[in-house]
Formats: sequence, C-alpha cells, structure tokens
Amino acid sequence: MKARNLLIAILFLGVLSAPVLADEAAVVPPDDTGETITFNVNVVWTCIAAFLVFFMQPGFAMVETGFTRAKNAVNILMKNLMDFSVGTVAFFVIGFGLMFGLKSGSGTIGTSMFALGETTGDSWNYTFLLFQTVFAATAATIVSGAMAERTKFVGYLVYSFFITLLIYPVFGGWVWGSLLLGDGAAGWLEKVGPGFCDFAGSTVVHSVGGWMALAGAIVLGPRIGKYGPGGKAKAIMGHNIPLAALGVFILWFGWFGFNAGSTLIGDGSIGRIAVTTNISAAAGAIAAMFTAWIIFKKPDASMTLNGALAGLVGVTAGCATVTPFGAFLIGGVAGVLVVLGVIFIDRVLKVDDPVGAVSVHGLCGAWGTLACGLFNAEKALGLGEANGGFFYGGGVSQLGVQALGVGVAFAWAFGLGLVLFLAIKKTIGLRVSKEEELRGLDVGEHGMEAYSGFQIFSNQ
Amino acid sequence: MKLIIAYIQPEKINDVKQALYAAEVCKMSVTNALGCGQQKGYHETYRGVDIEVNLLKKMRLEITVNDEFVQPTIDAIIKGARTGNIGDGKIFVLPLERCIRIRTGEEGQDAIG
Repeated sequence: MKARNLLIAILFLGVLSAPVLADEAAVVPPDDTGETITFNVNVVWTCIAAFLVFFMQPGFAMVETGFTRAKNAVNILMKNLMDFSVGTVAFFVIGFGLMFGLKSGSGTIGTSMFALGETTGDSWNYTFLLFQTVFAATAATIVSGAMAERTKFVGYLVYSFFITLLIYPVFGGWVWGSLLLGDGAAGWLEKVGPGFCDFAGSTVVHSVGGWMALAGAIVLGPRIGKYGPGGKAKAIMGHNIPLAALGVFILWFGWFGFNAGSTLIGDGSIGRIAVTTNISAAAGAIAAMFTAWIIFKKPDASMTLNGALAGLVGVTAGCATVTPFGAFLIGGVAGVLVVLGVIFIDRVLKVDDPVGAVSVHGLCGAWGTLACGLFNAEKALGLGEANGGFFYGGGVSQLGVQALGVGVAFAWAFGLGLVLFLAIKKTIGLRVSKEEELRGLDVGEHGMEAYSGFQIFSNQ
Repeated sequence: MKLIIAYIQPEKINDVKQALYAAEVCKMSVTNALGCGQQKGYHETYRGVDIEVNLLKKMRLEITVNDEFVQPTIDAIIKGARTGNIGDGKIFVLPLERCIRIRTGEEGQDAIG
C-alpha cells in the first residue's frame, strides 16, 4: 500500500514538474528531470514525516494527562501546547543555527544559519528546519510529564525556552551537525573513531529530554502524598487510562515519521526502518507486560503502555542499521528495563516521576544508543563495508564511541538541567504553593477546570 | 452514642484522616458534597469571562462514636481541617438512638466500638 502511494506521489510530482521544466528548458537540462523528481520526493516525504512527528505532541499530551489527576489536566495540556510554541520560535531564531550552522573551532557550536540565514526560494532548508523543529519540541515536551502536578507554569515556560534555545541544539550539533551543510558543520562526536551513531535520536532527543526530566523532578521534589512518613512510595493513580492509551497509540503512529523520516530522503529504506521500529515497539510492550505480570502479579496496563514507548525509544538510534531480529531484541530488553527503571527511580532513588518519563526516555534512550554498538549489521543488510556491532563481529570500537556519547549526553543534559532548574527555583520559583497543589493547578494556575460539570473532587 | 457530621475542605481530607487515626478514631464514612456558607465562592474564568462558583466542593464526614470519644474526635477534625480562612467547614454533633452491626446483630456501644 505504502509503495503504491509513493509511486502515485512520484508520478504526480513528475506531472507537476513537467511544465516548469518546459519553461526553464535553458536553465534545467532535460537529463535533470530525475534529480528534480528525487528532490521533490525527498521534500514531500520529509514534510509528511515532520507532520507525523508533530502529531506526537498530542500523543505526549494525552499520555501525560491520562497518567495524572483530573485537577491538573488543563495545566498539562497548556504545558504541551506552550513548549511546542515557545520551542518553535526559540529554535528558529537561535537553536537551529547553533545546531546546524558552520561549526567554530573543534566542532562545538554552530555560528551561522540563525533564523535560516540567507535562505531564499524553495530551498531544502525550509523542509529541514520544519523536521528539526518538531524534533527539538519532542525533546522539550518529554520533561513536562516528569514535572507534572506541581510545577509553576511560568517556570516551565522559562525551561522550554532554554532547552530549545541552547541545551538541545548544542548537543544535537555535536552528533548531527553535518546533516545540512556537510563537513564544515560537523560536530566533534561525529568525528570520534568510527563516528557516534544515533540515527533518529535515542540519545540526541530522548536521553537529553529524559535526563533533563530527571534533573527537574529532583529539584522539584515529590508531589505531596507521594512518599509516606517512612519514605514508602505510594501510588497516585492517573485519572484516565483510555486517554493514556490513546496517547501511546498516537506516539507509536508518529514514530513512523520520527524514525523512517530521519532518512530525509524518500527511498527504499523507509519500509525497512518502519519494520524495525514497529517490531521493537511490539517487543517492548510484550516484554514490559510479562515483566509487570511477574513482579505485580497482574499485566499492568500503565507499565505495558510505557513498554511500547520504551521499545520505540530503544530502536530509534539503530532503526536504520539493525536487522528486524536485532530490533526485536532491542525492544525486548527495553521493555524489561523500563519496568525495572520505574521501580528503581520510584522506590530507591525516591524521585517522583508521575509518567515514567525518565525511565522511558532517559534509560531506554541510553540502552538503545549502546545497542547500536551491539547490533549494527550494516554489511549483513548490504548497506556498508563492515558490521559495526559487537554481536556481528564488529569488535568494541563502535560500542566504545556509543558509550562515550551516552556519557556525554548525561553529563550535559543532567548537569545543565540541574543548573537551569536551580536558577529558576532561586529566581521566579519552580513549585506552586501547598494549597494550590492540593486544590489542583487547573484552578490555581489557569483559573478553570478541565471537566466542568463533572463531580470530580481533588481529595488527595 | 453520638453521630458527628463534619463538612471540610476537600484538600484537607488527608490531614483530617491522619489526625483522626492519631486520636484512635478509625471508622468513618466520607462522601462528596456541594454546599455554600459564609464563603462567596471562588472565581473561575472560561474564555475570559468570569464564572461565579456558588456551590463549593466539600467533603462530608460521618463518624459515630461513644461518648468518651466525642471531644477527641472534634479536636482531631479541627486540628486537621483548620486553616483560619473562611470555608474551613462545620461540625455537627447529634444524639444517636440506636446502632446495629449487620453481621453480628450487636447493638449499642459494642456495635460502635
């Protein structure tokens, strides 16, 4: 079905571009027809993928709303709407240039392309900017869930601004800097050994978001009533599991754009990447369900939903370079890891993360990035000269670079996250008052209720 | 035997429960209630237009106690629910004629205890 649609799209574009070519016959030689079609297909596919990734925003919004209490639903939705809006502007003006502009010195910071630089006409840059904007906003929105139900709205706005302005783009530039302008814009992690491999952003997007979320949740402290007098963790039930499930399905759907769109070209690899993405998500859900079944004696729905996301986050780094079976194993391990991670963060670290964002995005992002060094099968897939993966006889050089990237991401995102959130706490304040938290942020921060007319009581 | 009925702020229910447990009063019924008193209600807005919220959300507690527990129960509810602001709620104490435990058929003080 997909292949047929693509074919139709190609034919359609071919027809569209024909008169243009006739008019400018002198400028565009006839044998460039193929190139024009290829360019147009790439733009169309990358835009469609960007629209799919944009749709991950409501996915996150629904997951976070469902996993938290009714009295904070408006606040969660506002955070998701505004981190995308603030992020779009901050990334356009500054972030994009820091990430994809020509790099200074040793490949640390981009110095051109701010607000798209000199770009004119129907340049590829517009498509590329849109695709990268929705990625930056994805990293930003991950944090919202971990800091849910107690964060001052204005503090969250400031955070959204800085992650898309500085924290995400600088790290992203180290890994993906050369994607637009080539070698002159390459970041330093791209140049280490065989090159750090993170195809669609297990580390760049998800771990960065996850570690920022961890920093935020630590600085904020737990919600009132989360930990008993003896420090025993208590469950605070989410108010709408159907919404959370809808959100996970939407995210799964959007992820086909996230991973398969990261090719930035409309070629045959799209189908293969969609397959690895899908298999890993399924394996993550299955593994998380059985892990929860064994530990809690019931197949817990919220953990299984987290498991599907864990599989998706895990395969994001390696989706283009692993076999379908490799993707199954990556997703399976992520599914187990996410459940154990949630328990560890909740009960041992005693960090209150209402939706499991740190475990899903931070932990499984790190695992997926390392898994690139274990399961890379480029030669077996007919894509490259050698298999970089340890399990495919590639030795440990790729694994070493992957570990370096994972470590750098943690130090950068968690470190700067602590600095940023502490700075917000000291200046405009990061947490709402006790009274407001108990009554709910919807009334306190936004002066309205999410479910007016329903008898919902905030008694926790 | 007395029946104690109290209306409190919803967000105070946990504090009241803790205070009651500390006073060894562990049996209660809690229901959601809407009501108004001295408090005029709080303001909500919807699309920029003011809404007056007249009936406020409250929690209604019903506790039956033997006479020696009446004062400790009242003290505990006040301890948990008082903020000093309008809207903290009210406590009513009513005499109770009979009390029967359905499972055993016990009556009176034994059924409450």
